[in-house]
Parts: sequence; C-alpha cells; structure tokens
Amino acid sequence: MTYHRQQFDASLKELKDALILMGKHVQKAIADSVEALSSNNLELASEVIRKDPEINAEEEKIIELGTNLIALQQPVAKDLRRILVSFRMASDLERMADLAVDIAKVVQRLNGETLMKPLVDIPKMSEIVQQMTEESLQSYKDENVDQAYKMAKMDDEVDQLHGRILQEMFAMMAQNPNLINQAQMLCFVSRYLERMADHATNIGENVVYLAMGSRPDLNQ
Amino acid sequence: MSENKKDTKADNNIVKIADLNLYYTEFHALKSVNMEIKEKSVTAFIGPSGCGKSTLLRTLNRMNDMIKGVRIKGLIEIDGTDIYDPNVNVELLRKKVGMVFQQPNPFPKSIYDNIAYGPRIHGITKKQELDDIVERSLKGAALWNEVKGDLKKSAYGLSGGQQQRLCIARALAVNPEVLLMDEPTSALDPISTLKVEELIQELKNNYTIIIVTHNMQQAARVSNDTAFFLNGEVVEFNETVKLFSTPRDQRTEDYISGRFG
Repeated sequence: MTYHRQQFDASLKELKDALILMGKHVQKAIADSVEALSSNNLELASEVIRKDPEINAEEEKIIELGTNLIALQQPVAKDLRRILVSFRMASDLERMADLAVDIAKVVQRLNGETLMKPLVDIPKMSEIVQQMTEESLQSYKDENVDQAYKMAKMDDEVDQLHGRILQEMFAMMAQNPNLINQAQMLCFVSRYLERMADHATNIGENVVYLAMGSRPDLNQ
Repeated sequence: MSENKKDTKADNNIVKIADLNLYYTEFHALKSVNMEIKEKSVTAFIGPSGCGKSTLLRTLNRMNDMIKGVRIKGLIEIDGTDIYDPNVNVELLRKKVGMVFQQPNPFPKSIYDNIAYGPRIHGITKKQELDDIVERSLKGAALWNEVKGDLKKSAYGLSGGQQQRLCIARALAVNPEVLLMDEPTSALDPISTLKVEELIQELKNNYTIIIVTHNMQQAARVSNDTAFFLNGEVVEFNETVKLFSTPRDQRTEDYISGRFG
C-alpha cells in the first residue's frame, strides 16, 4: 500500500495557502478601516478602498483553482468539502473586505469632521470582530472545531454592542438633530462590524463542515 | 422457509449475508461478512484488487462451487432461501441470479439464438413465445433498436458495447430477480460504458443489481448503496451518497479519495 495523489495534495495545499493569504489581506483591510475611523485618517481610508480590487481578484483566483480541481480531479468526501469550503470562505472574506471599504467610505464622508464624542463601543466592537476574524482563520488553518465554536460564541457580544450603539445613537439623534448625519454614519459602521462578525461565524461553520461533514448553525 | 421469505420481503432486503467466511484452501478470502441488500436497487462492491469483492459476488450464485479448495461458512439467503442448502437446485438459482462478466462473452451464434438459448434450455419451444422473449430482453437491455433489423446476424459482428448489452439481454431472457455484474464496463469505451450505466439505472426498476467495479466514479454514479472491501472484510457498507461524501471509516476515505491502494 502506498500513498498516491501527491500532485492533487499539493494543489489542495495551494488552495489553502491562497485562502490564508487572502484572510491576512482582509484582516489588514478591517484593521486599517477601523484605524482610519478612530484616527480620522483619510489617507488610510483611501488605501483600504484602493486595495479592495486585489482582494476581489484573490477570491476569483481561489474559485478558479477550486473549479479546476473539481473538473480535473473528481474529488470526493473531505477533498470535495475542502474545495466547497474554499468557495464559501473566499466569498465571506470578500464580503468582509467590502464592509471594510464601507467603513472607509464613512471616514471619507465624515471628511475629517471631529466626532461628537470619543468612540468607545465601536472600538470595543471592532476589537472583538478582529479577534473573531483571527480565530476563524486560525481554526481553518488548524481545522480546529473547538476553536471555531468558541469563536462563534463571541458573536453574541458583538450583537449586544450593536444593539447598545443603535439605542445610544437614536437617543442622540432625538436630542440633537444637528448630530443626525454623524450618528447615522456611526450606526452604519456598527452594522458593518456586526455583519463582519457574522461572516467570521460563517467561516467557523465551514471549518466544522470541513472537519465533520455536517453543517451546524453557529449563528444562533 | 415460507416464514423466512416473508421476513426477507418485509424489510425489502432480497439478499441476506450473515457471518460469511470463505477460504481458498488456507487463504481466508472473506472474513465474517454481514450484509443485507435491498431489492430493486443497485449495490456496488468496491475495493482494491484481491479484497474479496468478486469472491463475494460469485458466492451469490454459487459460482465458487466450481473452484477447488473453496470452503464456505455462514449463511446466504436470497428471497428467504438458504442458497447453500443441499436441496437447492443450482441451475434454478442461477436462473434467478444471473451474471454478466467483465469481458462480453456472447455465444458464437446469432443475436436471436444468444437470447433464446436460456429459455430453450428451460423448456420453451414455441416460436412466438421465444420471439416475444427475444424482443422483450433486447428492449430491456436497450439494444433492440440497434439490432431489430437483423437478428440472424452473428453476435460477434456487434461492437464491444453492444455485445455487453447482448449479454445483459441474455441474462434477462430467463427472468432473473438478481443480476450480478462483475466489472461489466471495464472492457468498454467511455460512451459504451455510459450506455451500460444508463441501462443499469433502468434495470433497477425491475431487478436487483449487484455490481463489482474498479471505477469508483462508476459506483458513485450508478449505485444506491456501496460496500467497501479491504483484505476480505467489509470495512463500510452505506448509502452511496454517504459513503462518498462522509465516509465513517478513515480507510474508506483514503481509498475513495485515491490516497491508498
């Protein structure tokens, strides 16, 4: 008995490496967009927007790699799941990068305007989102189901913060109509971060699917 | 016996194999095989060469009886009947459990006589009846339209794929319940292979089909259930879609994904 398919295994590794690299770029886009918001850095915001097409191209490349492997290698069982998961993860990561772009666009719309008050909950939220992203990618790298489940639990905290931010902003808008524009923008940012956490959770679900072959709903 | 038969029918399993062990003199070729095969479905046996899959297939119509030094322990029931019972008529068993081999093996006779051969042996002599059987069998094997104009032509004049479908028609002519197929497409080109696979899909409406194949994609395409054999053991027997998507045993996963063997 000998092992075969070294070339196929090498291609599957190439696919995984491409996803991990894409993940790193998306993490940077998220970190930069949040940093641009808290430091009012228009230059950094433009950079996030400028780099987004590169991330889109990475998604395309991953889909092409996976499609070729399906067409040429007839993958089954875990090999097939590995490829299906790469499609879904690449799509989640691409959406996360788009949300980072959305945050960067908020920074541009605020155009250096001083914020009505120092941001507290949004940085807290972005910190959790970044940690979730990091852990979702790490759980994929190690195929660590426990880590995926643990990561998904953090989503509750993100949802709570999102609810709190909305309430606070709505109250502020009611009290001071001059702040409506700014408060609305921050509501959007909160929503973008909350969506990012959902995508990180989806990545966790894919890790479980890859390892176990069953699809849990970690978004509960 | 009639009670057994009822039990077998009640759960839709036409073949029951219980604790089957087979030895070729000292070589232990099948080890405690337990399996129940659903009627009117396709069951595939896969596994590396020498794993016992063809051996098990051949026990189902007692083809191993002719091999010297074979010892069999355990039980095989087909339709509720213990087929190794000394009272079993082996010819009738083989009428009920037909077989199609790897290499198409038509008789050196006309297309018509190939199909009529079995029914004649079983005592059918009326021309009209034989004509009907020939037509029905060739239609059943999806060959009728290609040969109906010249049934007196030698079977040797057919292509490999047509010959194989002729052999399937010949097996159908004696009204079997179970069709055993031992690598039925490994000598055929890809298009003939697909035709036989399509045919298998149609045949399963009326027959129970058990197929040994080295082509895992074929097992995946045609079968409802798949058994994976290794070193004389059934490692895993499951619905085909499960076996090829989420196998329970790592050895199955290694084999179906081409990592081992």
